[in-house]
Amino acid sequence: MSWLTKTLTSSIGKKLLMALTGLFLCTFLVVHLIGNLQLFKNDGGYAFNNYAVFMTTFPVIKIVSYVNYALILFHAFWGLYITYKNRQARPIGYAVVKNSSSVFSRNMAILGTILLVYLVVHMSDFWYRYHNEALPYVQYTEQISTGNVETTLMETGYTQEAKKVESFNEEAGTKTIIVKDLYSVVSFSFQNILLVLFYVLSMFAVAFHLFHGFQSAFQTLGWSHPKYTPLIKGIGIWIFAVLIPVGYAAMPLYFYFLK
Amino acid sequence: MTINLKVWKQKNAKTSGNLETYKVDHVSPDMSFLEMFDVLNEKLVQDNKEPIAFDHDCREGICGMCSMYINGQPHGPLEGVTTCQLHMRSFSDGDTIVVEPWRSAAFPVIKDLVVDRTAFDRIIASGGFVSVNTGNAQDANNLPIGKDKADMAFAAAACIGCGACVAACKNASAMLFVSAKVSQLALLPQGQPERESRALNMVAQMDAEGFGACTNTGACAAECPKEISLDNIARLNREFLGASISNQEV
Ligand code: HEM
Ligand code: SF4
Ligand code: FES
Repeated sequence: MSWLTKTLTSSIGKKLLMALTGLFLCTFLVVHLIGNLQLFKNDGGYAFNNYAVFMTTFPVIKIVSYVNYALILFHAFWGLYITYKNRQARPIGYAVVKNSSSVFSRNMAILGTILLVYLVVHMSDFWYRYHNEALPYVQYTEQISTGNVETTLMETGYTQEAKKVESFNEEAGTKTIIVKDLYSVVSFSFQNILLVLFYVLSMFAVAFHLFHGFQSAFQTLGWSHPKYTPLIKGIGIWIFAVLIPVGYAAMPLYFYFLK
Repeated sequence: MTINLKVWKQKNAKTSGNLETYKVDHVSPDMSFLEMFDVLNEKLVQDNKEPIAFDHDCREGICGMCSMYINGQPHGPLEGVTTCQLHMRSFSDGDTIVVEPWRSAAFPVIKDLVVDRTAFDRIIASGGFVSVNTGNAQDANNLPIGKDKADMAFAAAACIGCGACVAACKNASAMLFVSAKVSQLALLPQGQPERESRALNMVAQMDAEGFGACTNTGACAAECPKEISLDNIARLNREFLGASISNQEV
């Protein structure tokens, strides 16, 4: 066995892969949230729909997103495999167990499995439909001098080759864009209370997974220090287990209650 | 006090066991937990019954032999206390106490509450040592050691190798034990010559013995009778990953 295989298949190496992929996914959560905050703009989806085109066509982002999908799958199945192996280390259990560890830390695989189910639903709700289904189109006419945008929904059945077609009218000083209207799809999907509930509850799983997971990844990397560990724990709790899940949960709630 | 016990009885490693119920009368609150077992065993012998096998040696919290999983916790309910230093005043008259052996694939039950912990010995043999010159011991002050390092090494060296960390961990992971043993030597000048090989070999042996992988739940440190800190596990991760990257073997 090469030194690298030996290292990465040791108990510590296996965990190193969990920590590195987990932290990569944490950065993804931050970027994805910031991008999606454009859903809250009251502009008929102008910013968001343009952003969706950019994210699915710009080559560098496309590569990063496929790496991201691969790492989610790797993290999920590697984590479940480690959990399965760890269970084999205690073939006969105890009659009585009084736990002295946090309930989240003990149930990372269950929380992760909820996340995996969520991700499948989420990807088929929006990603799959955006790429493969006949979506409605919307037309935005922007007055370049003032920045005023006029929104017109295209009639049902309208379709075009590209996700986005841009044209200019020099005389009128306007820019016209016709894009796939993912914004309406999101807005419409979140009129379903069951889907809204599912999304919001899944964000609890994110919160609990990262409540333990974020600081745990640093411990796995060996980054434990009296100066910095409290900061890492603070970021893990307040940013990754509170702010980010709340931000995500706010989206379905916003469309259900306010749109 | 009267204590009702449910104790794991198992003839040997090959048979399966079960919890048996015993009643112990006239228990003094000042007895240690093991003394209560002595009283019970004496009675069992008098009645021509098999006494309960359990491990113990120093009975003063320093050898690491005693190993009972009491009411769902290794070494019972008190923090920072071994089974031998636990006293019956921590329980109430009429209590039912469930006593089980350490549970781990790497610690097979030999009989009743006695488990085979030689896996720990093999881990130590794989790297938990320092090379020293023969002849007279050199003057201690020849090797300057910072007080902070000395304190951390000393805290790690408090590990008595009891295996409660393995018993407490949901993955039966031996990381707290191994991290204490690697740390106490990695922090001191005497431990430097074998520093890399020690981390690599002890982790390899730990994995070979069938202990689970650490998931940072922290149950080990919470239950450790010597209050070994999780910082040692972070240090072991550093030592192991650093040694894997920098050592010369390809
Ligand atoms: C956005 C998605 C996710 C993020 C940001 C994330 C993040 C993390 C982080 C930071 C850790 C800690 C690593 C460590 O302790 O060193 C972790 C652990 C874990 N994750 Fe995830 N995770 C995600 C999705 C999933 C999914 C879908 C599963 C599927 C089953 C999963 C299963 C696990 C398991 C089992 C562990 C514990 C592994 C161990 O401690 O050995 N995670 N995750
Ligand atoms: S680390 Fe603590 S619980 Fe584990 S063997 Fe050492 S003293 Fe016992
Ligand atoms: S018998 Fe020695 S530590 Fe308990």
